This record gives sequence, structure tokens and C-alpha cells, in this order.
Amino acid sequence: MSFDGETDDEEYDGSLVEVEDLEKYYYENDTLFDRVLGRDPTAVRAVDGVSFEVQEGETLGLVGESGCGKSTTSETLLGLREATGGSVRFKGHDVFRMTGSERKVFRQDAQIVFQDPFSSLDPRMTVGEIVTEGLRIHSLAGGAERTERAKDLLERVGLSARHADRYPHEFSGGQRQRIGIARALALDPEFVVLDEPVSALDVSVQAQVLNLLEDLQEEFGLTYLFVAHDLSVVRHISDRVAVMYLGKIVETGPVDQIFENPQHPYTQALLDSVPRASVDEYGRRGGTLEGDVPSPRNPPPGCRFHTRCPHARDACTKELPPDYDTGERHEAACFRVDEDHEYWESEPLPHATETGEGTSVGGGIADSSD
Amino acid sequence: MSHTGHRDDLLRVEDLTTRFYTEEGQVNAVESVSFDVRDNEILGIVGESGSGKSVTALSAIDLVDSPGEVTGGEVWLRDAELAEEFRGESPDAVDGDFVDLRQLPKGVRRSLRGPKFSMIFQDPMSSFNPSLTVGEQIAEAVEVQRRASANPRSTRSRTQGYGLGKLLFDSVVPGREYTSDESRERAVELLDQVGIPDPVERAEEYPHQFSGGMLQRAMVAQALAGEPDVLFADEPTTALDVTIQAQILDLLRDIQQDRGMSVVLITHDLGVIARMCDRVGVMYAGEIVERGSLEAVFDEPTHPYTQGLLGSIPDVDDPAPRLEPIEGNVPNLIDSEMPDRCYFADRCPKAMESCLEHPEERAVEGEQGHTARCVLADGEYDPERALDESHFEGGDGE
Repeated sequence: MSFDGETDDEEYDGSLVEVEDLEKYYYENDTLFDRVLGRDPTAVRAVDGVSFEVQEGETLGLVGESGCGKSTTSETLLGLREATGGSVRFKGHDVFRMTGSERKVFRQDAQIVFQDPFSSLDPRMTVGEIVTEGLRIHSLAGGAERTERAKDLLERVGLSARHADRYPHEFSGGQRQRIGIARALALDPEFVVLDEPVSALDVSVQAQVLNLLEDLQEEFGLTYLFVAHDLSVVRHISDRVAVMYLGKIVETGPVDQIFENPQHPYTQALLDSVPRASVDEYGRRGGTLEGDVPSPRNPPPGCRFHTRCPHARDACTKELPPDYDTGERHEAACFRVDEDHEYWESEPLPHATETGEGTSVGGGIADSSD
Repeated sequence: MSHTGHRDDLLRVEDLTTRFYTEEGQVNAVESVSFDVRDNEILGIVGESGSGKSVTALSAIDLVDSPGEVTGGEVWLRDAELAEEFRGESPDAVDGDFVDLRQLPKGVRRSLRGPKFSMIFQDPMSSFNPSLTVGEQIAEAVEVQRRASANPRSTRSRTQGYGLGKLLFDSVVPGREYTSDESRERAVELLDQVGIPDPVERAEEYPHQFSGGMLQRAMVAQALAGEPDVLFADEPTTALDVTIQAQILDLLRDIQQDRGMSVVLITHDLGVIARMCDRVGVMYAGEIVERGSLEAVFDEPTHPYTQGLLGSIPDVDDPAPRLEPIEGNVPNLIDSEMPDRCYFADRCPKAMESCLEHPEERAVEGEQGHTARCVLADGEYDPERALDESHFEGGDGE
């Protein structure tokens, strides 16, 4: 069975994955004891109304700092965590309302590669068993065929067929990540979530794995959701990028738009902070943002970024900015995009350092010389 | 000691070698490493995990613990007072204003940590004691320095514990505190200097109440307690987000410039090196394979490893269609498995027959002070003399 050619959604527009208003709250103080005492549970809004879609064959980069909810988003949209709100459609089918057999097909079509290559492989299984566990569970191949398939997969990801009988601890970090990738490919998926797949690796090995991921995407026509905090990696591999901050997506757009013409002050600040490996970087100050990310237990009202934003004004504390269309499938959730917004009339907040009237700081970084 | 050093040298490390004796065998973590730190500069040491960069720093300030041991090398520190003191006692350990710390008594070496050297670590969460307030821990560092300057050769460690014994003892003999009010005031001052808002209140808080960035600032404050001449910063921003990393890097530069101190910045991130460092050493398999000014190393990289490292990072402003990784994996440093040839030869795209002999550090033509442990430093690559695969038996990179 497959999802091809049928859909239960009238408005299905051809996106492989459509995420709409996805919410994942965790509740604290929510035990029976707390309820007996009449305590209200506190919501930790890890993912708070996130919408995006992933087109077939593209790589969407989901970027943000730690704790912004990017990993929770990716795990929730695969159904690995139970969403508290919103919907996810895979080829037009609602992932959270699938029947058992539909879900089984979905599990084959959508796979994930985890960040930590040391804890995501069972130390008591051989590499061959790990790679073909999916085939066994879905009863897609018998014993001898599985062994053959394991060898094929290992060779495809740059390991050797001899490795199938070894255990994970015999491999380096980069090799383990290749094993994780082979496992994700075993069921011929269409969609692979890559959750920080290279952030545990050294740069020379990271480049090997990034090249491998690109080759596999081309060979098997894969669609990637690439979750990462490293902006240079995201720029390298993505076709489109979504930037997350404190449980919300603040900007989405084609990769060159996001990196060369960022509209949201958070995206601009992120790009400013990245140290470039070039001598022109020497002496450049990158600390444009003050303070820390607020807690998702008690996110600030209005725009979530206003507590750190150098352009924040009074209007930003009042209401949540909608996603403004800035052209070419580029959207930013910032009042500064709207030239007629009351933002421009309201008072700058005390911490705001940029009070100029310019509509956008623009991409790139100012020439640095000390 | 060689006399070819720079006149601003504050610290000259020569042929420093550190071994670890583990169950799997002898690990050559640091292999004959030489570098110098000048007045008022930031020296970067960059390398991948396991290249020996952290152990190099620990070895320089004598913090290597069992099963590790610094087995050779010299660490020359410019200190006229110390030099005068030991000139008669151990003339070999003194050269002009410089003293070789490795030849001094252990107590003296220990007394230099704080006023001469200090270190900050990668993970602020595990570097602080979770059961003491941040202010107390910084005050303790201040107090140790204060007592030591009053009585320079005394034991500088705090002898009290924090366990059950201490609890019982305190209930019998109350009112014994290690830190003085002055130290606590100084701790608040230091917290203020590293940009922690409301330092008086924050000093009373415990490490878990701090965010990662704030705690890293607190660790910088603690390291500054002894007014060190050289601050070793071991991956100070690796555990932090990029916007927080930028704040901490700005802070480190401000502090370095305001105090005119020297910083040795250890990191795996070439971008951090480029933003911060005046000079750079690149480490691979326990050796510094290339060193020189930032411009020399980044714009004229000579060692194929440095070239490979620079080629494997994606550029955020100008993405290349394809990355050029270094093939293979970092070797493990077990002595019995280390080849006699150049350690990088197995992965090197330009390996030649001459690489079968382990290369010495050689001067690269052009800039003064630019060296590489590679035959290409003063020679050309000759494809006709390229090494073929047969030299690397069993080389499937495991």
C-alpha cells in the first residue's frame, strides 16, 4: 500500500509535508497530587503554533538556537511525540488521524536521523541488524535478503560490507552517523528528518557527511527537513530556510533570500553573530543581541523577540506580529516589514539600540576593520 | 633555550611532550609541541577533537593528572623576580629574565596558577560546584590569591571540605568562614566587570539559576580573580548558542585589551579563531602542524591539513556547491599504532615518498614565524614521487 494517488484532503497542493499551527506543550505541576491540591498546571510552550510546508525533493532548513523547539517540532511532526494542537499532513493525509495500516506506511515513508551517533544506535545489535531492523519490523525481507540489503546500504553510505557484523562501539562518530543514515534509507523513504546530523562531528568529517547527504538526496529523490543550529551548514544544504525563535517561526524563505536579505531582526542578529573563517573577520564584534532567550514557561507577550530586539518598540509588546509576505515565498513575522504599521509611530523600548527609520538592516555584515 | 624568540614573548613552550598511560597502551597526546605567547595578544590553538589542544594547555600550566604525565619539554616564563630568585639555586632553569617552570619545585609552579596563569573551561555547568553560590566560589578564588600574596609560598589550597564532617564540625565550632567580606565584595566587583546585571543579587545565587552564557561570564570572573598574565580559554564558547557566543567573545576581547593580558584561545572553530586571534597554531594528532600569524595561516596555508580544514567548512556568505572534505578519520594516538611517517600522510592528498620520514617543523618562505611540519614548507609537490596506497597497509580508516 502507498499514499500515491489518493488523498483525503480536497485542498492538497502537492506539498509533501504540510505543518499547520503545530503545538507541543509540556505541562509541569500536572500530577494527580497537584490536581488534588488544585494547582494549575504550567505549560512549557516548546512549540507554539508552527506552520510550514516541505515541497517534494527540496531541503528545508529549520534553524534556531538551543531550546527554540526545532527538534521538538521535527519529532512531533513525525508523530514521535504527541502533538497538543495543530495538524500535519503527509501527501495530504493527516498524520495524527491515520489508521493503523496508514500509519505503518507513513512510518516507512518518513524516517529520521538523530543528532547523537553514540546514543542513537543500540550497542547490543550488530550494524547489520541495526540497519535492517526496519525491514524486519515491516516484514519486507527475509533473513538472507536482509543481509544482502544491509551490505548494499552500508556500501552506499561509504562503509564496507564487512562492517555488517560489527558493533557500533567499533566505529568513529562519523562512521556511526553513516550507519544512522543507512538505517533511515533502508525502507526507501521519501522524507527524511535530519535532526542536527552533523553537529556532533568534527569539521573534516562533517563535510564528508554533508556531501553524502547531498548525493543520497539526488540518487533517491529524497526530501529533507534539516534541523540545525549551524547557519553555515544550513546555508550549504538547504533550498529554503525557516528560522525559529522561542517556539515560533519568525522567518521563512528561499535560502539566498534569508541569508542575503534577512527581514527579521532575529535572523539578522543570528547572521551577524556567526564568526566567519576569514582574515576579514579579525576584530569584528558580533554581540549585537543582549541577554538570554526568555523561558518558554512564560514567553513575553507580543513579539517573542522584543526583549532582545535592537529595534523593539512599544507596539511589539502589544500584539504578535503576523507573517508578512515580503515576496518570493519569503515571509517574516515583524512589524518593520509593514511600512504603514503603527509600530513606526510608537516609542522605542529602553533597551532598543537601533532607533533609525530604515526598514531593513539588510543582509551581510558591515565591512569590519578595527 | 633558543634565542630566536620574539622580544615580546611572555611564555615560550618548547618541545612539550605529554603521554597518557592507559589500559589500551601509551597515548601520545602531545608530541613535541612548541609555541610562544606574546604580551597583550590572543594566540589561537585550533584542531579537531582528540588533536591534543586541551592537553597542550593543561601541560603548559602543569595541570595534567594521572594517568597522564608531561614527559619532556620546557616552559619558559618571563618573570624577572622568579629569575632572580632561582639564578643562584638552579642556574639551568634561568635564562635572562626567563625561568623554565618545568625545573622549578612543584610548590612554586603551583603558586603561579592564579597570578600568572588561569584557565576557563568549555562547560560552565560542570565547572562550578552546584552546592555553593556563584559569589562564594569566586570569593574563594579571590581569597586564595589574597592569602597567597600575603604569604607567597604557603599552601594555596583550601583545606576545608563540604561533607558531613564539615557539617558536624561547623555545628560544634560555629563561625569559621574561609572567605572574608573583602573577598566577597571583590567577587561582586568581578561579576560586575564581566557584565552580569545585578551582581549583588546574582552573587547569592547557585549555578543552576544561571544561564549558560551568564555562568560562562562568572567563570571568566573567577579566572580573573588572581589578575593573571596569561588566560587559557579552552573552548569557552562551544557549549553556547551563537548569539551568546558572540557576547562572550566580545567580553574576552574587552577584558584582554583592558587588562593588557595575553589569552591562549583553544577552539575547533576556525571562525572564532579568525575573529579573535593574532596568531594561530593548528594541531593534528598531538602536534602543531602549522603556526604563524592569522594572515599567514588563513591566507597562505602550507600544510595540507590546514588547507583541508579550511576547505571543509561551509561558507555562510558564499556557499560553494560542493565541500571538499579531508578523506579518512583522525588517527587515535596510541603509541604502538602511530606510524613513523608523517601522521597526516594517510589522509594527505599530496603525500610523497619523502613523507615516510617524520617531518620536522620547518620555516615557510615568506612571513617570519610561519612554520609547518611538512616537506611542502620548503619544497614543491612532485606528483611523480607521490606515495601510493601500498604504503598504508590495512588503511580502511578505522
